[in-house]
Amino acid sequence: MRINIILNGRNIQAETAPDELLIDFVRKQGALSVKRGCETSNCGLCTVFLEDKPVLSCSVLAVRADGKRVTTLEGLKEEAEQFGAFIADQGAEQCGFCNPGFVMNALALFRENPDPDEEEIREYLAGNLCRCSGYEGQLRGIQAYLRWKKEAAAGRDTPPDKK
Amino acid sequence: MLTIREYKRAESLKQAWQLNQQRGSRIVGGMLWMKMQRGTVQTAIDLSDLGLDTIEETKEAFRIGAMVTLRQLETHPGLAQYTGGAMKEALRCIVGVQFRNLATAGGSIFGRFGFSDVLTVFLAMDSYVELYQGGVVPMEEFARQGADRDVLTHILVKKTPLLFHYESVRNTRTDFPVLTCCGAFSPGKESCRFALGARPGRAVIIEDKEGLIDGGITPRKARAFGAYAAEHVPTGSNMRGSARYRSHLVNVLTARTALQLQETSGSFV
Ligand SMILES: Cc1cc2nc3c(=O)[nH]c(=O)nc-3n(C[C@H](O)[C@H](O)[C@H](O)COP(=O)(O)OP(=O)(O)OC[C@H]3O[C@@H](n4cnc5c(N)ncnc54)[C@H](O)[C@@H]3O)c2cc1C
Ligand code: FES
Ligand code: FES
Repeated sequence: MRINIILNGRNIQAETAPDELLIDFVRKQGALSVKRGCETSNCGLCTVFLEDKPVLSCSVLAVRADGKRVTTLEGLKEEAEQFGAFIADQGAEQCGFCNPGFVMNALALFRENPDPDEEEIREYLAGNLCRCSGYEGQLRGIQAYLRWKKEAAAGRDTPPDKK
Repeated sequence: MLTIREYKRAESLKQAWQLNQQRGSRIVGGMLWMKMQRGTVQTAIDLSDLGLDTIEETKEAFRIGAMVTLRQLETHPGLAQYTGGAMKEALRCIVGVQFRNLATAGGSIFGRFGFSDVLTVFLAMDSYVELYQGGVVPMEEFARQGADRDVLTHILVKKTPLLFHYESVRNTRTDFPVLTCCGAFSPGKESCRFALGARPGRAVIIEDKEGLIDGGITPRKARAFGAYAAEHVPTGSNMRGSARYRSHLVNVLTARTALQLQETSGSFV
């Protein structure tokens, strides 16, 4: 069956099978940031935005996304790089495998709640597993990024690499 | 792996129901549970185009479409207000936001899962399921039945004046619960109704049949009611906990919930 998806702003028409999962579909279309980390809908690595909401692409049928907007890390490059710099700055990650899903869901959090407190951050990101770290570095990175954004909004802009 | 031979977006409830009568047909909710199962689905029936993804609120009730996601339930201001935050408390530990943006209310109730936080919170409320063929059935009755080939279209919650409190115990934050407990307390009538789930069997209701909390809940009465619940709620063992441990949790969570309800109602005795 043929479906039509707006992937990172680009209109894509392609064949899919009734049981093809969105993760496999978008990877075939070149969105290789989207990865699989588990078989139990538990790890969050495969997170994409479906109509701007973060979802597990390993658990949605591609046909369900027919006619809808799908956003992956490839479509959020600038924002992701800006935010990623703060995570790197804390040396938060080791192997980095969890990074794409974590960044996607963190960006979803900032859109939904631009000023989250620590508990809100932990709760929103609880479905993003990292096997190497204890999440503390990521938490500090997020808080530093949010501070920087606030300062930037108040006109006291320090770019991330000068921090 | 789940193999799906044919995918069909139902154009009407009638068509969905008819398709679902054929052997090998399955309705797909959020598909999260289905995806964990092996096997072949001949026709996957998608209810996405039937407008079942909204929560309607009136003065008397909520009418929740089967395709409403757990995240919608969790963030709905009306449900948050009516349940005093218990709805959110029940759902917030289910895997993650990305998961709850997919998992549906309909699939969660139709599945009648033993471990279900969702079933637990709805059982404590004055709630009903609306089935295409079977009509309106009280949640408690529906929860006891076995699965059939009907289509769950809505969940109804009557705004009976009740206070709610939700508690669960988990080994780790996003794991399946070891025990769930949702208490509903009617301050005027001084009556209460508790749902206990993840026993690990399906959630059951326990009421204060012996008048243990009559005349207002005190710490001592709450403990007595907790002990009564532990005695009357059957528990079992699985890898997350033993029956004995669970019965202990029934006792503690019931008492804690009762006290919390009393505190919320503000009428200390
Ligand atoms: C890894 C994992 C962890 C989980 N952890 C928890 C937890 O901690 N607490 C908790 O409460 N729940 C938990 N769940 C369950 C989850 O919250 C959902 O209840 C479950 O996935 C079912 O919802 P769904 O929308 O995915 O339904 P599906 O998997 O799509 O469907 C479930 C069943 O219901 C049928 N069905 C779906 N919709 C309808 C309908 N409208 N009418 C008739 N039949 C229908 C399907 O055919 C299927 O048989 C977990 C699930 C998974 C996979
Ligand atoms: S791959 Fe692990 S949740 Fe999707
Ligand atoms: S850094 Fe290795 S999994 Fe997160």
